[in-house]
Amino acid sequence: MADSQTELLVLGGGPGGYPAAFEAADHGMKVLLVDEGARPGGVCLNRGCIPSKALLHIAKLINESHEASEWGLTFSSPKIDLAKLRDFKNGVITKLSGGITELSKVRGVKLVAARGTFLDANTVELKHADGKIERVSFEKAIIATGSSPAVPPMFQLGDPRVMDSTGALELADIPGSLLVVGGGYIGLEMGTVYAALGSKVTVVELTSGLLPGADRDLVRPLQKRLEKQFAALHLNTKVEALKATKAGIEATLAGEGVAPKMTFDRVLISIGRRPNSKGFGLEATGVAVDEKGFIKVDRQLRSSVPHIFAIGDIAGEPMLAHKATREAKIAVEAMNGGKAEFDNIAIPAVVFTDPEIAWCGLMEHEAAARNIEVKVVKFPWAASGRATTLSRNEGLTKLIIDPKTERVLGVGLVGVNAGEMIAEATLAVETAAVARDLAETIHAHPTLSETLMEAAESVFGQATHSYRPKRS
Amino acid sequence: MSIEFKADNLGDGVKSGDVAAIMVAVGDVIQAGHIIMEIETDKAVLPLPCDKAGKVTQLLVKKGQTITPGQAVLMLDPVAAGVPSMNGGAKSSATAAVASPPAKTTNTVVATSAAALAKAPLPASSGRDLPLPAGPATRRLARELGLNLASISGSGSGGRITLEDVARAAAGSGGGSGRVVEPPLPDFSKYGEVERVAFSKLQKTSANNLSLAWQVIPHVTQHDLSDITETEALRKRFVENAAKGSPKVTMTVLAMKAVVACLKEFPNFNSSFDSAKGEIVQKKYFNIGIAVDTPNGLVVPVVKHVDQKSILELAAELTELATKARDRKLQLADMQGGTFTITTLGGIGGTSFTPIVNYPEVAILGMSRSQKQLQLVDGNVTERLMLPLSLSYDHRVVNGADAARFTVKLCNMLSSAFSMLIG
Ligand SMILES: Cc1cc2nc3c(=O)[nH]c(=O)nc-3n(C[C@H](O)[C@H](O)[C@H](O)COP(=O)(O)OP(=O)(O)OC[C@H]3O[C@@H](n4cnc5c(N)ncnc54)[C@H](O)[C@@H]3O)c2cc1C
Repeated sequence: MADSQTELLVLGGGPGGYPAAFEAADHGMKVLLVDEGARPGGVCLNRGCIPSKALLHIAKLINESHEASEWGLTFSSPKIDLAKLRDFKNGVITKLSGGITELSKVRGVKLVAARGTFLDANTVELKHADGKIERVSFEKAIIATGSSPAVPPMFQLGDPRVMDSTGALELADIPGSLLVVGGGYIGLEMGTVYAALGSKVTVVELTSGLLPGADRDLVRPLQKRLEKQFAALHLNTKVEALKATKAGIEATLAGEGVAPKMTFDRVLISIGRRPNSKGFGLEATGVAVDEKGFIKVDRQLRSSVPHIFAIGDIAGEPMLAHKATREAKIAVEAMNGGKAEFDNIAIPAVVFTDPEIAWCGLMEHEAAARNIEVKVVKFPWAASGRATTLSRNEGLTKLIIDPKTERVLGVGLVGVNAGEMIAEATLAVETAAVARDLAETIHAHPTLSETLMEAAESVFGQATHSYRPKRS
Repeated sequence: MSIEFKADNLGDGVKSGDVAAIMVAVGDVIQAGHIIMEIETDKAVLPLPCDKAGKVTQLLVKKGQTITPGQAVLMLDPVAAGVPSMNGGAKSSATAAVASPPAKTTNTVVATSAAALAKAPLPASSGRDLPLPAGPATRRLARELGLNLASISGSGSGGRITLEDVARAAAGSGGGSGRVVEPPLPDFSKYGEVERVAFSKLQKTSANNLSLAWQVIPHVTQHDLSDITETEALRKRFVENAAKGSPKVTMTVLAMKAVVACLKEFPNFNSSFDSAKGEIVQKKYFNIGIAVDTPNGLVVPVVKHVDQKSILELAAELTELATKARDRKLQLADMQGGTFTITTLGGIGGTSFTPIVNYPEVAILGMSRSQKQLQLVDGNVTERLMLPLSLSYDHRVVNGADAARFTVKLCNMLSSAFSMLIG
């Protein structure tokens, strides 16, 4: 017998779950939002997007304080008060999660800190931190349990010096040396933070390039800069074993020109993330899961059990917070009889390194793989006034254009602030803008966004600040 | 690299089902959630959506085959995923050239080429692996109105479909098929044996165009009888005496000539309606489509510039087009540009019918089988040969009195071969 009942259960309070709960409450539904964490906000807020960006902001300041000497401004070396720095990061989390709690209250969403386990397709058992257990029956559910760092057993030494992203964000100390296993965005972002704080960072990546899946033109300028900031970047290299020794964690590496054994003060495992689909009674609901552990959903985010929806990392790639939030809105509308569907053309991706990398829509290599004819135009930031004032000319703006209609199919950016610039690009791709729309929209001067306008100009003519000699 | 798609869920407690229909073909690019098959179980016919996106590389089951939950039904190549091309406008307009016969019992006629072309989207979405050029608000509106965005042509730059384009399509003038969604069918097999026969793509196109015309155009049909006793006698004599190998002058050929004379007097019958602009587009050329029944279906080749050709020239051209139609040799151009359509069931029978206007034309003439009737002529009962005519028209453009006048004039012209000479 259930102790209480609700119309909608939202399991997981991350950027998928809490917007879903809010949206549902705004639709007049009676909502119970359950998250096992002490504070709502999920991975993104507590141990993902937000703390990492707070730390990256500090890293950037540190780096710029060094670079400023070239512009005639010399600072003494920054003094790092680690405890205070941690407080700043934690303060950001507290502030934002407090906001979610407050918004739950005013919307009438019942927010419960407990671990939920499904007993069947209409009942969940909640286990509170104090051990108290209660059962709640629900009419509908949204599963937004997110994902966790993947750490293969061979790396699980039970030694705190081997960390996942959560551990790395805790910032227990500033290690003299750090091995980052995996050259994806999380590894590079955290590596950037630790390098700025003073650690000697070594990145080991199994494939032939950093950020597998990203456009090589965009990765190149970043890699160049990281080669200076990091102690070493080893591509095509495999970590075969880790061993805890007194001196540190000893890594056995296999790759060309790489020392077979190296010892590090700490190791970050950042090789990917796995959906959280096990250990909370999902089987009891009958919801179908695919081989990788993602819940199978249709375009309305409905699972194989019609009154249960799944959104966010648990519902499939790409595992990004903004995808989760968009899906939240769709799922709630769909369960209320609306015709919403996930039909987005562009999901922006941003890597918050320095320089930042951002892209959306169709990329050049995808077009090639799918045999789609495209026109590619590039505007190097060497020709951007704004980039020059920032002394950051390594950036690049790249447009992927449909040659028949000059429609903007995809945009890739690398450079400072690329993460903010991708918004305009995403709007262009999502609304099927053509090159002229971008080129004939006035862009404020001097800004980096002018590079989008100028790149678009060169689709059908010449960009003002870049000249391509005509081919005869 | 292809992956399998398994039919995991056939419904609660369902142990097996038969493949009732396969809605995809090898080479189709589908999105996740696309309905790929219909599975007939003991409970119902269920649509089977594929939860993966990609290009179909192989079908692993056949129509009629019994499958069990978890059975792999098709292979698809996920690299090619991402855009709807199943109902891409370009494909349908290419195949729209040949129309399928409407069910014989309904006596309807439709030419698909013109209507389909009016709807063919700009190249932005034609069959290539790109998302439809429309923003989120536009896509939402189309979804809410139950319109297929792929069938709406975009008026924006690069063929972008705007909110206005969708609104216009919904109002029935922009070329979108604003179809009402039919309620689900009952399980007919409860009452007796049924067989499901797949609708060909061609039949679908034809059905869509008929629905479109039926929904957009307020139809009225005017019936009349023309006394063709003398004309038919003259025609017969001419045909009998004609040199060997000369083209056959049929009543349809004569009707073409007579229709053009009427169209000249009533120009609104030779027009199209631009409801967005609130204008009638009168055409100063006279191209008559003739419905031809072939073993492969009904097609409507168009005879161009009928007003500038002699009866013998028309007869020759019509014979040639009809032969081409039967040999499936008609080109798209042979079926485009019509301004008025004639459909005849004279060879089969019937006393009258209500043809459906061939959108975006505004009128169509149906001819039934001519029959001998007793008529009072100058107080004497005499035997006359009467041809039943049925003129359907778009009542937005043509008023009833004009339709009656048009039909009366047409009857008179067909009665008196002499009047045809002087036009
Ligand atoms: C270091 C790092 C940096 C990142 N940076 C970015 C970034 O810059 N931009 C971006 O878009 N994404 C970023 N991400 C990814 C982003 O965090 C995720 O995509 C996002 O959090 C997914 O949201 P979600 O709602 O699906 O699930 P989550 O945020 O994972 O939330 C799920 C919640 O459900 C809870 N939960 C799970 N099971 C149960 C249960 N049975 N009972 C109760 N509660 C349960 C979990 O504890 C968690 O709180 C980053 C991730 C990491 C690790």
